[in-house]
Amino acid sequence: MTVVDDRPAERFWRRGRLGQLFAIGAVPVASVFLALVVAALIILASSVVTTGSIDLALPFVAYGALLQGSIGSVSAILNTILQATPLVLGGLAVGIGFKAGLFNIGGLGQFLLAATAAAGVGAALATAPAPIAIVAALLAGMAAGAAWGWIPGALKAWSGAHEVVTTIMLNSIAAALIGFIILGPLLAPGYSFGRTADLGNSVLPIVLGTNVHLGVILAVIAVPVVWWLLYKSTLGFEIRSVGANPSAARYAGMRPRFLIMLTMTLSGLLFGIAGAIEILGVSHFMTPSYGTAIGFDAIAVALLGRSHPFGIAAAALLFGALRAGAGLMQVVAGIPVEIIDVIQAIILLFLAADIVVRHLFRIRAAGGIADLKTVTSSYGGRAS
Amino acid sequence: MVDAVTEVSPVLTMRGIIKRYPGVLANDAIDLDLRPGEIHALLGENGAGKSTLMNILYGLAVPDEGSILIDGRPVDILSPHDAIDRGISMVHQHFMLVPVLTVAENILLGEETMANPVFIDRNEARRRIVALGRQFGFEIDPDARIESLSVGWQQRVEILKALYRKARILVLDEPTAVLTPQETEEIFAVLRRLAAEGHSIIFISHKLYEVLEIADRITVIRRGRVVGERIPSQTNEEDLAELMVGRNVQLTVDRGESHPADVVLSVRGLRAKDGRGREVVRGIDLDVRAGETLGIAGVAGNGQDELVEVLTGLRKPSAGSVTMIGTDVTGWSPRRLYESGLAHVPGDRHRWAMIMSFPLEDNLVLTSYYRPPFARGLVRQDGAIDAWAKELIERFDIRTPSATVAADTLSGGNQQKAVVAREFSSQPKMLVLDQPTRGLDVGSIEFIHNRAIEMRDAGAGILLVSAELDEVLELSDRIAVMYRGELVATLDGRGANKEEVGLLMATGRRGQEPDKAVS
Repeated sequence: MTVVDDRPAERFWRRGRLGQLFAIGAVPVASVFLALVVAALIILASSVVTTGSIDLALPFVAYGALLQGSIGSVSAILNTILQATPLVLGGLAVGIGFKAGLFNIGGLGQFLLAATAAAGVGAALATAPAPIAIVAALLAGMAAGAAWGWIPGALKAWSGAHEVVTTIMLNSIAAALIGFIILGPLLAPGYSFGRTADLGNSVLPIVLGTNVHLGVILAVIAVPVVWWLLYKSTLGFEIRSVGANPSAARYAGMRPRFLIMLTMTLSGLLFGIAGAIEILGVSHFMTPSYGTAIGFDAIAVALLGRSHPFGIAAAALLFGALRAGAGLMQVVAGIPVEIIDVIQAIILLFLAADIVVRHLFRIRAAGGIADLKTVTSSYGGRAS
Repeated sequence: MVDAVTEVSPVLTMRGIIKRYPGVLANDAIDLDLRPGEIHALLGENGAGKSTLMNILYGLAVPDEGSILIDGRPVDILSPHDAIDRGISMVHQHFMLVPVLTVAENILLGEETMANPVFIDRNEARRRIVALGRQFGFEIDPDARIESLSVGWQQRVEILKALYRKARILVLDEPTAVLTPQETEEIFAVLRRLAAEGHSIIFISHKLYEVLEIADRITVIRRGRVVGERIPSQTNEEDLAELMVGRNVQLTVDRGESHPADVVLSVRGLRAKDGRGREVVRGIDLDVRAGETLGIAGVAGNGQDELVEVLTGLRKPSAGSVTMIGTDVTGWSPRRLYESGLAHVPGDRHRWAMIMSFPLEDNLVLTSYYRPPFARGLVRQDGAIDAWAKELIERFDIRTPSATVAADTLSGGNQQKAVVAREFSSQPKMLVLDQPTRGLDVGSIEFIHNRAIEMRDAGAGILLVSAELDEVLELSDRIAVMYRGELVATLDGRGANKEEVGLLMATGRRGQEPDKAVS
């Protein structure tokens, strides 16, 4: 083929690093922007219902408070970081699954079991030296999450059972199982409700401000580690190969069954870290009714971050900021915090309908979002 | 006749079409005109710019410069919808049909004939489809499901779909690539009839003899430019090949004498089942010696795919043994076989041989990524991978803007060269080549054939499986014919003639012999 020197600017734009970044990031960024616009319209409409007239300033007041509450002060920024931490880990967990063509909807179960294991081991070692207690509790959480991820991996590898079905079922099993464990062997006496005992020395130390705990460091480390694993190691190459073309992976001598199990285990392990640090660093005990939307929020983070570890970190920070600022927004503008869920859902809608976004912004960069194929083919029931 | 058509003003004119892609000038000021009732062949190597030009005509790509005129009036074609509105229709190489729907339903898709605003008028649609088929010389059952039709008939449905939408200009993208010689003849008859009725046809191909047979005029494209226009009666295959490739091309390679040595691959009593559990490899015995090529000829679907998969570790045999260089390797994994000196160029490049979304360089180490110098332990050595990729790109003349572009941005010929580069450079003792040049242009075919002969002369044993009889005859020192899962005859490569092998492929029998020939 003839290699031509195109206009330098165009070459830079299309082929340079910046161009690549544009090709990957344009649709997610545009989707976030559009979602904020649509949410502003919803806020406007809500002002009609609550006040009887259109308050054109309300979206600005609301978003202003949202910004103030998420990045407007040091404590706001720290709060954003704290909110983003489990989302980073969960996003990485779902993202690594997407890379292998696997859709892990079992984050909730993996998170809950890991949280329970960490709470149990942490409470048992409450009087042990802090380093030992913390490491043991973290490892217990990671092991529990990994094991709960391994089960659907093994089921898929050996029987072809689809991970979407099995992980959803395992979520229910996990929810019942932690009730049994917390109200049974781990039940702490002397409380009016079922919970695990105090953590004592197992509590994660605070590293920043008044509430940012050691788990944040783990999340920060996990991003480059997962990136390195996916893009710089042979194992990551195998994981990505199985996801992109399982037949070619087999031809190349890789072991798809092993890789499916491994990836699901790693995914569970990352959810496990998230579960452990939320208990050891934030809530300090576990209850059977512990509520979290991490399993689904993490899917949104992974999709918005296009399954790339750095993209996931950025997406998690965005969602963390939305959650951190939502409280102030509710106080100042009277907009319920649930608007954040609405924004998150609209972002996903635009990501899924990326043709709309491309058309609106005249984005000609290549490619749809490959991970969505994993999602849609999962729902299409095409077991592979 | 030729003079008669030149009088008429063209139905389609493409003038000065320029299309740039990053790093590539795909169309460099191409002029093309199409006359009414003409079959106009567009000839060029893979990546020459034929497909880009046709995508522009069909509204799938927008030219950077140039204009398109229909009936002398300039038009903008921004989408396939625009193209169809202007009477342009395209029959893609990979059919755009819904397998579970019927012929009529597929033809109606997007162009429903309505009885009233709610319901489709199926009877009227059926009647029109049958009438259209008859007009062009074939009887079609509008209620047959697409998946029950042969490839040749599916293609006719595609053509009917175009005619149903009142196409005057029909673009056929390598229509014969998927057809048997018999089906090709039949489709040619249809095309001639279409042209006689006043339709204009653009016929894209890189098969020289076909173009000579069917076309009224031939435009040759090379590296994005029109390099010549020919009338079939005033040219020949050599002339066209030279125009297409830009240099003198050997259309047949001289494979020289073979010097067979020890047996590298020995297969005894091999049996295997297909995905549906039917036994499709039914007792194969064969030996391949170092320094010789054993060609397996056969009509596609006679168990060759499964045989190759068993030999390369992708499928477990149900019985029999495979021995490589004295070691029993029956049921070994692809990796163990690779490490024992087996290389494999799969027939289905998209399914097995490449990961299309990955960079070219990753594909060039797809079978060796895990060992030094490309990895130390678990750590990929990007520098070594990049250097090796650049060396292979150079040695095997892979045309690509860089080593890091995704494999699917390369033309088919260059993708296949990349697979060949990877497999041939692993210094194999045994090489399994499955349809190594299917769908490639003459330049790439020549290149790959010459490399295969080099490998043989360097002492590798080669097993060539191909449905292209010419390829088997050209490369093989010995030829085995596979028919319904068995090798029905083994012939000497020098003495074999096309008719004899062709008959064996078609019937499993030799000429008048009453009994099945034995191997």
